[in-house]
Amino acid sequence: MKKLLPTLLAALCIAGTAQAQDAGTLKKIKETGQITLGYRETSIPFSYLNDKQQPIGYAVEICSHVVDAVKAELKMPALKVNMQPVTSSNRIPLLQNGTIDMECGSTTNSVERQKQVSFGPTYFRIQVSAAVKKTSGISTLAELNGKNISTTSGTTAVPLLKGYEKTKNVDVKEIYGKDHGESFLLLQDDRVVAFVMDDILLAGQIANARDPSLYKIIPESLRAEPYGPMIRKDDPSFKALVDKALTALYKSPEMEKIYAKWYTSPIPTATPGKTINLNFPMTPALKADLAAPNDKGV
Amino acid sequence: MNNLDFAFLANASTLGYLWKGLQYNFQLTVVAAAGGVIWGTLLALARLSSNKGLSLVASGYVNLMRSIPLLLVVFWFYFLSPVLIQWVTHADRPPQIGADRSAYVTFILFEGAYFCEIMRAGIQSIPRGQVGAAYAVGLNYWQAMRYVILPQAFRNMLPVLLTQTIILFQDTSLVSLLNVTDFIGASSKLGQSTGHLVEVYTFAAPIYFLICFALSLGVKRLQKKIAIIR
Amino acid sequence: MDLKILLEQVPDGDGTWLMSLASGLKYTMIVAALAWIIAFVLGSILGVMRTTENKWAVRLGNAYVEIFRNVPLLVQFFVWFFVLPNLFVSTKHLVNSLDPLTYQLGASVLCLGTFTAARIAEQVRAGIQSLPRGQRDAGYAMGLSQAQTYRYILLPVAYRIIIPPMTSELMNLIKNTALGYSIGLVELFFRTREMGEMTFRYYEAFTAATVAYVVIAMIANRAMAVIEKRTAIPGFISGASAGGGH
Repeated sequence: MKKLLPTLLAALCIAGTAQAQDAGTLKKIKETGQITLGYRETSIPFSYLNDKQQPIGYAVEICSHVVDAVKAELKMPALKVNMQPVTSSNRIPLLQNGTIDMECGSTTNSVERQKQVSFGPTYFRIQVSAAVKKTSGISTLAELNGKNISTTSGTTAVPLLKGYEKTKNVDVKEIYGKDHGESFLLLQDDRVVAFVMDDILLAGQIANARDPSLYKIIPESLRAEPYGPMIRKDDPSFKALVDKALTALYKSPEMEKIYAKWYTSPIPTATPGKTINLNFPMTPALKADLAAPNDKGV
Repeated sequence: MNNLDFAFLANASTLGYLWKGLQYNFQLTVVAAAGGVIWGTLLALARLSSNKGLSLVASGYVNLMRSIPLLLVVFWFYFLSPVLIQWVTHADRPPQIGADRSAYVTFILFEGAYFCEIMRAGIQSIPRGQVGAAYAVGLNYWQAMRYVILPQAFRNMLPVLLTQTIILFQDTSLVSLLNVTDFIGASSKLGQSTGHLVEVYTFAAPIYFLICFALSLGVKRLQKKIAIIR
Repeated sequence: MDLKILLEQVPDGDGTWLMSLASGLKYTMIVAALAWIIAFVLGSILGVMRTTENKWAVRLGNAYVEIFRNVPLLVQFFVWFFVLPNLFVSTKHLVNSLDPLTYQLGASVLCLGTFTAARIAEQVRAGIQSLPRGQRDAGYAMGLSQAQTYRYILLPVAYRIIIPPMTSELMNLIKNTALGYSIGLVELFFRTREMGEMTFRYYEAFTAATVAYVVIAMIANRAMAVIEKRTAIPGFISGASAGGGH
């Protein structure tokens, strides 16, 4: 037991160097002939698995336009595209250690995260709110006082909720789900009275539920947050390419079609043959973001 | 009883998805057991060698691995294995390996510590006189180990090695916490996307039991056979 | 690697990251201690049952051990947390009336306790069966009942013999508490992950946790060695081989 120290120190030395990453995603893509996109498995409709376990979604589609731009820039029409599943917890380390080159999911562009990673132009704007069962009779966040609620670990909802509890003198008891699907099931099975998360993700979970009519989203918000594609920090050439490709896309008429396809039309689910419709028209805030593409965080 | 509904499981693509997950567990188990036994045997030889430094490093490694939770080790190697592999292969940049492949590195290195202890006990169970006899016929330390001691130690320890391999098979389920789609990972994902989490776990637990129980019965049979040979 | 991060405040929390990890460590120790009590008592009963002359007691004990040893611990955690509360309306009401932390603690303690009990039952059985048959017969010959024979003759020696493998089991139990993370229990591993996720300082967080687990393992090891020394019977060599598992 006493001889642990040398082993431990050796491990730490390796660990220390692990954070140093070579910049230049484009250079890496060119040399390896492949690009790896990170996707989420249950972030409906941004990025999720269909019934053939293939990743699809709004963010995945938007990212495919970036991939096209990379192909054109590097003159590599046969560029290989790998898809790597990520979670709320591991998306940032995987981006940092080079496992993925860009994350196409439901990641909030926050100032805190900008210290570690960089973001492309915002493609969605959400409100952090709570889903409850209609039978619970709850219609405000304050009514959650003293109740059990679920939230997904690793998300911005966690510190927001803690902050809300402090300022409003509300005391809720959290259960942390490992992913949104698990957090929602705790609500479905009446283990908690509310699931606190980004409204669009809540809408996705509700639409996908066995009986969507049982749930509603509280019309109150802890904070508005922008979503964007996440890329490595300090990589100006790749960042410029992502910005240029997405600015062009957002301002084109195609963007409205992409939005309508995922938010106001029936979309496939993991259950064969089952489709859902989120009925989530574009908000004025998002319209403004798309008209003037930006990567401002909260 | 609440109404459980298993109907959603009964279609080819769902079962195929789970089966693919289970195959991953088997592959990981076989590779990690083979790699772990080799690595563990080397560690055991290092621990028992007369070279003080080598023996200290080996026992430090084994003790470290055995005193921290596997879950922690799984996450460590998940972060570190790209760097480790780069270091070993002298590549220009860390290789892109996802959790599914870093798990191979993790389990070989982790289980090696446990297999080391088993092999060490196996080697020590061989009477000392045999080592002396091997030296007397002119073999050196490594030859004595290779031709005289290890084959016997390995056979004596086979049931224990196999029992540890069944535990390894169970432990491979932890990769699901890194979001790998192994059997339990596939079950979780299926449960979440269909809203039937309770049903998939109710289904997965007996499947695991049947597999592991059958394997452990097999090991018991083997144990009896070997006991007679000796 | 910059360990100063440990002294920084948790965003919207009530202290530093170090305090957050310490509070996780507290739950790790509580769960381990309570689960050990269940495991020791239940495991001893089952282990003894498997050595008695009652066929059904032996079968019941064997069945228990096989079931709990042949399902991965992670899956057992899921069963305790997701499946069992949902099986019956009454259990669901009971679980929902509890504070989530209480239920997570309870589920973890029961899960780890019943799992470790199967392993301890195996050690106790092996310990008793390693004693010469003559000891049992001598007890009966002196007019002791079966219960008395166990209490005064077999168990005192058997327990001493199995102290080394029991040490491994205790250490395994402490390490296994990390799986409480899978059901959202705020133990040390959960807090480590949380710190990594929120500060992105994964290496610092995991290093701190690694050191903590190593120190606990050393303490548990020392404590059991002291117990072994204190209870040693002169002339007996204890030292059954350590069990496998983690």
